[in-house]
Amino acid sequence: MKIPWKKVQEKIGFMIIRLATVLVVLILAYILYDIFKKGLPVINWEFITAKPRKGMTEGGIWPAIVGTFWVSIVTVIFSVPIGMFAAIYLNEYANKCRIVRIIRLAIRNLSGVPSIVYGLFGFALFTLSLNMGLSVISSGLTLGLLTLPWTVTASEEALKTVPMSYREGALALGATKWQTIRTNVLPYAVPGMLTGTILGLARAAGETAPILFTGVAFFWPILPKFPTVLFQQFMALPYHLFIMSTQHHEIVKVRPIAYGTALVLIVLIVAMNGLAVWIRYRLRKKYKRA
Amino acid sequence: MAKPDSITISIRKQAWLQLKEKLIEQFFFVHGLLAVIVLIGIFSLLFIEGFPALREIGLKEFFLSKHWDPTSFERESYGLLSMLVSTLMVTLGAMLIAVPVGIGTAAYIAEVANPKVREVVKPVIEILAGIPSVVVGFLGIIVMGPLLAKLFGTSNGLNAVNGSILLAVMSLPTIVSISEDAIISVPQDFKNASLALGATRWQTLIHVTLPAAMSGVVASVMLGMGRAIGETMTVLMATGNAPAIPGSFLDSIRTMTATIAIELGETVQGSIHYRSLFVIAFVLFIMTFLVNLVSDLVLEKYQKVNR
Repeated sequence: MKIPWKKVQEKIGFMIIRLATVLVVLILAYILYDIFKKGLPVINWEFITAKPRKGMTEGGIWPAIVGTFWVSIVTVIFSVPIGMFAAIYLNEYANKCRIVRIIRLAIRNLSGVPSIVYGLFGFALFTLSLNMGLSVISSGLTLGLLTLPWTVTASEEALKTVPMSYREGALALGATKWQTIRTNVLPYAVPGMLTGTILGLARAAGETAPILFTGVAFFWPILPKFPTVLFQQFMALPYHLFIMSTQHHEIVKVRPIAYGTALVLIVLIVAMNGLAVWIRYRLRKKYKRA
Repeated sequence: MAKPDSITISIRKQAWLQLKEKLIEQFFFVHGLLAVIVLIGIFSLLFIEGFPALREIGLKEFFLSKHWDPTSFERESYGLLSMLVSTLMVTLGAMLIAVPVGIGTAAYIAEVANPKVREVVKPVIEILAGIPSVVVGFLGIIVMGPLLAKLFGTSNGLNAVNGSILLAVMSLPTIVSISEDAIISVPQDFKNASLALGATRWQTLIHVTLPAAMSGVVASVMLGMGRAIGETMTVLMATGNAPAIPGSFLDSIRTMTATIAIELGETVQGSIHYRSLFVIAFVLFIMTFLVNLVSDLVLEKYQKVNR
């Protein structure tokens, strides 16, 4: 029996788009494989916990890990409350008037602004105009602005998953709008908001362009105690990888360090992503049961 | 004075509660408004910082001159054209790769793959989106560079092809996830009607599902393009950064984003050079703004149609 042409066509078509999918999976697999294969031999206790030595050709990356940690903390403290409050307004209070449409348009456009433009903006605003100088604070705030649209969107998604009946129940009993939100909406939405926050934070931790002019340093192994650290320059994992692969005077010699840095950065980000996915998974199960 | 009776107290309490409610709403509203303020803030700051330079250089030279040499001893020149061409070229290259692969993948996981495959591929896309641009750039230098050099017989592989491939990787997750959403939300009835008429699943996908999802797919491509235009670290690391109009995809190029990243640290604050970088950022901002706006309008139309 002759196979009809359209069946052959279907086979070929599906094969092509299957190959496209395989390609996408292979790209990620190769990235992870290469970084793990060449990064793993470098990783040891010293690499994680020591400062760079001998013109950064030896030693570890501890200051870069600490720097990334503090910048992320500032980013979260700035961006999460604002993002949550904005999302509460958009999802709970706002009706479909013009100002709300403008806010939504602004949020979507903010998420498309190039990170280097945020960097320039943060430099002009925080570093120069507000006199924060080159510091963890300047960089953290710049990244906070960058992540703002993501936290708003993620928080709104979380609020949307709370069933309408939860709100109606409270309102019917005579609770005010705010009482309803506080007691019957937020408790159920917070874990979802947490997921979005972690995802946003993971992306912020890997950003380089916004911190380029606002505080990151080539070599800054000084690690002061808590408040002081916020007002100083810092090292960061992504920037460390950048200089180790393009700016260092002995690029080939420091390549293993670059691979090690890339591995630590990727593990950090994938772990945060994993955590977020796990929280979301737990959440879905909980809602299904409810 | 007589003690206020219970009714007055309850009215006062009611009034206070209402005031409190209003204040709380206003509090949230202000935070919502912040997004608009930041957007306007970025726009005006870039404009204010950049405008004096634009007046000094002149619109014609800035947009039409090919030469960018702000530190020349004889005559400084500020021509955006070579960077603009570089940015557009590398973006075009990225889209040539990412659009077919991205839409193909989206169609496959939405329409063909069994649920198990989908469960694997979706996290893969999410993790790929999370790979920092600096890591992609790093692999561009170390893996893709030598490979391209060998393939095309050039001295190094840091050129527009390399940049295009890396930007394709960076914009793939955006294109796949948004296209997939669009394809999945095409009503089953459309597909059933097509299948009932004897079309194969492939014919249905090509002639019914994809056209019905077209506006979402277009929006995803626009967003991916916006991401490619604004991407900094990958192109900074992997394209060689030669400030000239590229003749071919094998030439080293220097995009608008890379120029800002390279030169801001060397400029004197308030100089024309410094301000001209803000003009570049302003142009970038407008470009991505327009791209986003178009995708937004397309998406809005698509949501209306599907309702």
